[in-house]
Amino acid sequence: MDAPTDVAIQEQEAAEAAEGNRPWVRVSPINKRRWTIFKSHKRGYWSLWIFLVLFVISLFAEFVANDKPLLVDYQGELYSPIFKSYPETAFGGFFETEADYRDPAVKEMIEVDGDGWILWPPIRFSYNTENKDPPMAFPSKPTWLLTKEDCERAIEDGFHPCNDELEWNWLGTDDQGRDVVARIIYGFRISVLFGLVLTILSSVIGVAAGAVQGYFGGWTDLLFQRFIEIWTSVPQLYLLIIVAAVIEPNFWILLGILLAFSWVALVGLVRAEFLRARNFEYVTAAKALGLGNWTIMWKHLLPNAMVATLTFMPFILNGSITTLTSLDFLGFGLPPGSPSLGELLAQGKDNLHAPWLGLTAFFVIGIMLSLLIFIGEAVRDAFDPRKAYGAAEG
Amino acid sequence: MATEGTKTNKDATRGGEKLLTVKDLSVDFGKGGGAVHAVKNISFDIGKKETVALVGESGSGKTVSALSILRLLPYPAASHPSGEILYKGQDLLKMRQSDLRKIRGDEISMIFQEPMTSLNPLHTIEKQVAEVMTIHQGISGKAAQARVLELLDAVGIDNPKERLNSYPHQLSGGQRQRVMIAMALANDPDLLIADEPTTALDVTIQAQILDLLLRLREKLDMAMLLITHDLGVVRKMADRVCVMTNGEIVEHGPTKQIFKAPKHAYTKHLLASEPKGRPPKANPDAPVILEADDLKVWFPIRRGFLRRTVGYIKAVDGVDVVVPDGQTVGVVGESGSGKTTLGLALLRLISSEGPVVYLGDRIDGLESKQMRPFRRQMQIVFQDPYGSLSPRLSVSQIVEEGLLVQKRGLSAEERRARVSKALKEVGIDPATQDRYPHEFSGGQRQRIAIARALVLEPKFLVLDEPTSALDVSVQAQIVDLLRDLQKRYSLAYLFISHDLKVVRALANSIIVMRDGKVVEQGPADTVFENPQTDYTKALLAAAFELEATGAEAVSS
Repeated sequence: MDAPTDVAIQEQEAAEAAEGNRPWVRVSPINKRRWTIFKSHKRGYWSLWIFLVLFVISLFAEFVANDKPLLVDYQGELYSPIFKSYPETAFGGFFETEADYRDPAVKEMIEVDGDGWILWPPIRFSYNTENKDPPMAFPSKPTWLLTKEDCERAIEDGFHPCNDELEWNWLGTDDQGRDVVARIIYGFRISVLFGLVLTILSSVIGVAAGAVQGYFGGWTDLLFQRFIEIWTSVPQLYLLIIVAAVIEPNFWILLGILLAFSWVALVGLVRAEFLRARNFEYVTAAKALGLGNWTIMWKHLLPNAMVATLTFMPFILNGSITTLTSLDFLGFGLPPGSPSLGELLAQGKDNLHAPWLGLTAFFVIGIMLSLLIFIGEAVRDAFDPRKAYGAAEG
Repeated sequence: MATEGTKTNKDATRGGEKLLTVKDLSVDFGKGGGAVHAVKNISFDIGKKETVALVGESGSGKTVSALSILRLLPYPAASHPSGEILYKGQDLLKMRQSDLRKIRGDEISMIFQEPMTSLNPLHTIEKQVAEVMTIHQGISGKAAQARVLELLDAVGIDNPKERLNSYPHQLSGGQRQRVMIAMALANDPDLLIADEPTTALDVTIQAQILDLLLRLREKLDMAMLLITHDLGVVRKMADRVCVMTNGEIVEHGPTKQIFKAPKHAYTKHLLASEPKGRPPKANPDAPVILEADDLKVWFPIRRGFLRRTVGYIKAVDGVDVVVPDGQTVGVVGESGSGKTTLGLALLRLISSEGPVVYLGDRIDGLESKQMRPFRRQMQIVFQDPYGSLSPRLSVSQIVEEGLLVQKRGLSAEERRARVSKALKEVGIDPATQDRYPHEFSGGQRQRIAIARALVLEPKFLVLDEPTSALDVSVQAQIVDLLRDLQKRYSLAYLFISHDLKVVRALANSIIVMRDGKVVEQGPADTVFENPQTDYTKALLAAAFELEATGAEAVSS
């Protein structure tokens, strides 16, 4: 209705920020107080830091675990295979296809023929790299767990012998010979990113829908509520199975389907906040000043609803991650070959003789969800009005 | 300690024998350096059958003092660094909890301010009143019911038999307060502590409740400790007065003496701060700013599956208003009379029927966008300065909000200059404009709310009980400020209030409303000096003399 007004006001505010009259991020005393409470919540504060470190590392997974080197020096020229794909012929090979740097032949071409060197990431496997020369049949053990018998059998059965040349798989390989560490690094990233995107999108939609319902009330509210009641009674899992049968689900399709149902989580909460707050006197005062509906919703009502929303968000995030994991576990999730924690769990179930698969998946998922819940608890405490306001007023 | 055991004559002067003695009492909240000293070394006593009033403004520590008599403070957050409270020779502060419980509600009982929240909404009246007797006297069943009936009758509840099974929400505010009193009196207490017993009630009801308390005090021979900020109530009820400020008793003495010859500066200030003065003379030729004819705000009552309208709640029913330039129209009436609704309807904040004309333009049919240019010229100030300022915006953001919409072209500096000017006009230091509302007192917040309205330079201002949530001395300041602003900018006010003293000090003409209809309307002098209807007479008597005259004219 008054959208241009809002834009105009926001532009003005942005202009002021540029002039430096007002700091762009204004930390109100209440928010300062909240941050202090959050920091004093030791478990949550440390969880946040640990989680951030893990997340940032996993964001740069390509530089941590990859089957392509970071840098290659070949005949005095530098190549960065991690960013660009070079055919084998570039290094004096025969094939027009991309060079397989893990191939001893290619290695030799670069280091010996090209008089160069190769800078590898710490882990020389990507999530889909197969270990072509394992010490035992797949799934193979974590290298440091190999026993004497394993090594003897490796020589008998014609596998790679236990010598210095043997490549390390810190947590073993899965049943297709892919390095488990590499897969959990990529799997952690995709889980958290999926969770974050789903949480943010469903919060935005949920808050908007709840805000409109609560603010306008009446028929809008009534019709919307009935629609949500019907919508939430559609069985999600069946729908997913049906869709998975027709099209192969990828990251975005899964996100879309889950989003279609997860946005309702916040609607009730935000609606209630808006219903309560729209009768506040400062809202009436804003109307009397001539402010438009959307400005009032944005400036005066949304901050009220944000407390409830932010408190809920970590828990929605956890729920989203769990949903993706369970879909992957059942085989309706990300396409085959994707690095997914749920798939690793399923492999653990199928290979009980290889306990490192199940245990790894369990600990990664368990620790990730626990960290997020601890952060969530601290956020909830920080936003608890009794603590934030009560302590402030002293 | 007075002579315990010597029988005094029943007609002996009140206060001859001490019932309760408070000596050197202090109350701290918190510990160590951050401790707040809420009450500092106060001493007073209450004799048998005597009424003592603790008077002070909010934050003076009067309620905390009263609550510490029965140790009802949130211990251990609260503590008593010094003092003793002797009741019949025993120190209540050192008594065991189990012994104290026998005194609470039996020998000493309390009435609280808010009748809406001090009764449990889930239990019937009978159950709540009988509970006190079951605990202390061990009577229940038929005997208890008989006593409850007797008590409800004594506190003046009509048809007590039918009321036994009522829940609190089925009673009016005045009736609830009567039930509270019945509960307090159930065990014939020796001392009744009444914490602002009438503050939350309408004037006419207030007068009735005070009369009731006076009658019961005579009948039951009990002493009373009255906590109030209302000097009128003190004058009517109390034998002796203790004036409190900042946790200290600054003056005490017999009521008459305090009112006639106050000694301490604060007492003088308090007595002088009742709203006084009269509005400036009205100019009969002043142009009309706002006019409404036969204004109606009807809320439909819908029933049944198809939500058909079966009737209307007539919040405002056919009211004519004329607001001339630079003058004040006072709207008075009890809660629920529709006065706030009238104000909102004139500003077109709720939909209404009937023409509303602003300076010759009809504004009653306009959409919200078409209304916007008019919004600049008509503003509103609300009752509760804690609810009307968004806690998340700084003062300058609150005040400049209107400018952002109404005066688009202004630069940030110009806006800041206007905000500063408006704040200066209402007596707020512009240097404090980047603080948040919670850092200001109630009176300062109300000034900020006025500044928010003034910054748009309106011609017409609706003041919806702007002084009701404030302490008396602050009330007088706000009234002075409003009068001053009116003179300077020739503002037209619609002043809505239930407090007739404040209305008397400001209004040129008066509208008396009841149940959405106008009872009486006319120039202020005529209405105040020579009221025509019984309702207006009862209202004036209740407000100025605290007399419950013409009880048939008002509802209970």
